[in-house]
Amino acid sequence: MNSVAFILIAILTLAAALAAASLPKLIHAALSFAVTFVGVAAFFFLLGAEFVGLVQVFVYIGAVAVLIVFTILLTRRDVGKNRGFNWGGVAIAIAVFGGLIWAILKTQPLSIAAPPIEALTVKRIGEVLMTSYVWPLQCVGLVLTAALIGALILVMNEER
Amino acid sequence: MTPALHLFLIVSAALFCIGLLAALSRRHAIFILIGIEMMLAAANLNFIAFWRFGPQPQPPTGVMVAIFSIAIAAAEAAVGLALVIAVYRHYRTTNVDQLNRLKG
Amino acid sequence: MTAWTVNNVWLIPAAPLAASFVILSLANSRRKSAAALAVIGQVAALTLSIFAFATTLQAPGYRAFHNFTWFTFGENALRIGWVLDPLAAAMLVMIALVGLCIFIFSIGYMAEDKDFTRFFAYLSFFSAAMLGVVIANSLLLLFVCWELVGLASYLLIGFWIHKPSAAAAAKKAFITTRIGDMGFFLGILWLYSGSGTLLFYDNGRGCLESAGLLALGASATFVALLIFCGAVGKSGQFPLHVWLPDAMEGPTPVSALIHAATMVAAGVFLVARVYPLFSFGAIDGVTPSLTVVVSIGVITALMASLIALAQFDIKRILAYSTVSQLGLMMVSLGVGGVAAGMMHLIAHGFFKALLFLGAGSVIHGTHHEHDIRKMGGLRSLMPVTFLTFAIGMMNLSGVPFFFSGGWTKEEILHATARWPTSRLPHYLMFAGVVLTALYMTRQMIYVFFGNRRPASEQLHSYLNGETPHFGVALLIQPILFVSLAFVAAGIGLGFVVYRHAGLQDRHRAAETDPFESAQPILFRFLGNKMWLDELYANTVIAFSKLAARISDWMDRNVWDGLVRALGGLGQLLGIFTTNFDERGINTGVDETTAGTRGLGRVMSGWHSGQIQTYLGAVAVGMLALLILYAWLT
Repeated sequence: MNSVAFILIAILTLAAALAAASLPKLIHAALSFAVTFVGVAAFFFLLGAEFVGLVQVFVYIGAVAVLIVFTILLTRRDVGKNRGFNWGGVAIAIAVFGGLIWAILKTQPLSIAAPPIEALTVKRIGEVLMTSYVWPLQCVGLVLTAALIGALILVMNEER
Repeated sequence: MTPALHLFLIVSAALFCIGLLAALSRRHAIFILIGIEMMLAAANLNFIAFWRFGPQPQPPTGVMVAIFSIAIAAAEAAVGLALVIAVYRHYRTTNVDQLNRLKG
Repeated sequence: MTAWTVNNVWLIPAAPLAASFVILSLANSRRKSAAALAVIGQVAALTLSIFAFATTLQAPGYRAFHNFTWFTFGENALRIGWVLDPLAAAMLVMIALVGLCIFIFSIGYMAEDKDFTRFFAYLSFFSAAMLGVVIANSLLLLFVCWELVGLASYLLIGFWIHKPSAAAAAKKAFITTRIGDMGFFLGILWLYSGSGTLLFYDNGRGCLESAGLLALGASATFVALLIFCGAVGKSGQFPLHVWLPDAMEGPTPVSALIHAATMVAAGVFLVARVYPLFSFGAIDGVTPSLTVVVSIGVITALMASLIALAQFDIKRILAYSTVSQLGLMMVSLGVGGVAAGMMHLIAHGFFKALLFLGAGSVIHGTHHEHDIRKMGGLRSLMPVTFLTFAIGMMNLSGVPFFFSGGWTKEEILHATARWPTSRLPHYLMFAGVVLTALYMTRQMIYVFFGNRRPASEQLHSYLNGETPHFGVALLIQPILFVSLAFVAAGIGLGFVVYRHAGLQDRHRAAETDPFESAQPILFRFLGNKMWLDELYANTVIAFSKLAARISDWMDRNVWDGLVRALGGLGQLLGIFTTNFDERGINTGVDETTAGTRGLGRVMSGWHSGQIQTYLGAVAVGMLALLILYAWLT
């Protein structure tokens, strides 16, 4: 955990993100998207949240990226026609970035250096998840089930 | 030594704005979804960073929020992609410029 | 046990109410469960009612109540509660028992109706509301249940909503009773402002107890009269009786339960419940408000029984009979015979329900024929119906000794005889009793005796078949007289009526005597009538028919016209308001809407339907907030 690693990961992540946002071919963008999320997961490791990093890798690279690729394949006939690019969006994004940077630099930090912490073990997370966060956990379970069923219904053939 | 909190926040802001750019500028519906996922990831990064740099010891609230956020983002991605497929079947396009049935 | 009963009286209406809600949530096809639930709810209510009744038997004048705060507004707390006294307990048992019988009857009667479950939900709901009226210890709670009863009545009269006449009758019933309830509500407000409480009994602070009555003072008369307006509407008293005959459009069990046995009795019950308000400041048992009650009762009773003579619809005859009996009860209450009136109310609840169920059986049997002229000879065809109907008819006619109606009517006549103001109600009520027997016998003969008449012979058979049997009708009257004499002599002791024993009987004898001697003409006239030939009888009948026609005409044209005139007045007002609305308010509203529409057109142009534009707008908005924040700090 040091500055060098941080800089490397930041460059990797942001470059991949920019590529994902700007590459003309969708399939390339999707792969860059996966790389972006590897970078984000690396940040999580860097920050001592190893479990979240692992979840990030599993969920995004294992599931979401694959889903995106599948969707691209399913709607492939349409892919070539979507080359348009909206420069107004770029302007807005840059303006928002400027605003955020201004806000971040203006704020007094809580602490410059990270305080030492005890390692956040999976056991600890499991305990917290099953005690303080048991209701949110149930709700998320419900949301996931509903999303699963909803997604299935959406993509079912309309004729049937 | 650990980089300061500011740096994490700047990276996360950059990631957020790139996601916003993707969602605003690209015509393809899947790009919008990718952009939204990036913005969510940026938010998660903020949560984790604030948890890490917050006063210790404390309950792992930031981590918990990030975990739930990832779960909900996954659900959102599934439904969003299903919507893209359904829309594609119906209109034979994934170009959001042409999806303007709600035009007033 | 006693304390438990008192504290849980609320369970009595709660049982049918719960049944009603459960039935409403059932599917339309769950007929058996619906009927079973309704009956179970009613049985539960009946069982609890019997417990409650047994509790009140412990001591004479037993009264227990349970009050609690409903809600608080400002300084005042609105308290409601329930009361258990003999009046309530007797009504509870009557309503629950009659209701149960009618529920069971309905299972058969409504078996082929497609809205079977809805019907039972409504019936249970009605039962709950009516039981609530009875146990209420607060005029407000009573009023709430009273209106719920009205709602149930509306729903049930208009149950066959596809029949325009049923829908119209339901509307008429609802609106007509509402006129009375308006007065009732004003009375409640006045009572509250006068006495500061709406509780009936509250350890001496209730509005029916001395403190509350003293606080009201002279305005008690007006409060009582306003409350009486509600009773007039609900009990079908003149001039608000017009809805009750029309209410017979509902299914027959409904007519039996609501428009004969229980709901219409609510008005009489109400007067009995707030009797202290009526009798407050009474001199010799007479107050202005009670005199009004007597007058209305007398007019109603006579008018309705005359009209009943000229009706041909089997249910309408019973409806008018109900109106007249209710008038009789009102008279009884008005002259001070509260116990007699309530006894008649309860007895009437039973035998009128019986009569209606008999009529329902006849209607059902003759494939929904209501015209008694087309019936006849049903005695041999429907012997059980005939028998039960005859029992009900003899009850209603007041055949003495074996039938409760005889005892209660005698008691009422007795009470009227003792009224110090005037003997007129006594004689008029006597005539009413005679008329009752007359029209009931007429109905019996039409429906059950003679041959099955073809339409061509209707008039002929009417003339031939009717007159001899009118003798039978009148035969009953002398028996009634004899019974009065016997009763006066003290026979029939042990009946609840005859709580006054011994010495008082001599009193009665002294009092009954003048009433017999005071009307020898009528006496002889009625006695001779048995031997009168056809011609004579025809003239009497013609006369009473004429009177009935006149009353009927009055009813249809004058009173209806009066109501219509009021309606017209309202319509006129409506036209004025409409004009004001059109010219004044509408123009303003039009301008506003035109502006809104123009603005909307502009703004709808901004709705490009492009989600990316929307998202961009959100981002710009966030940026704007950030800039605002920067500018402010």
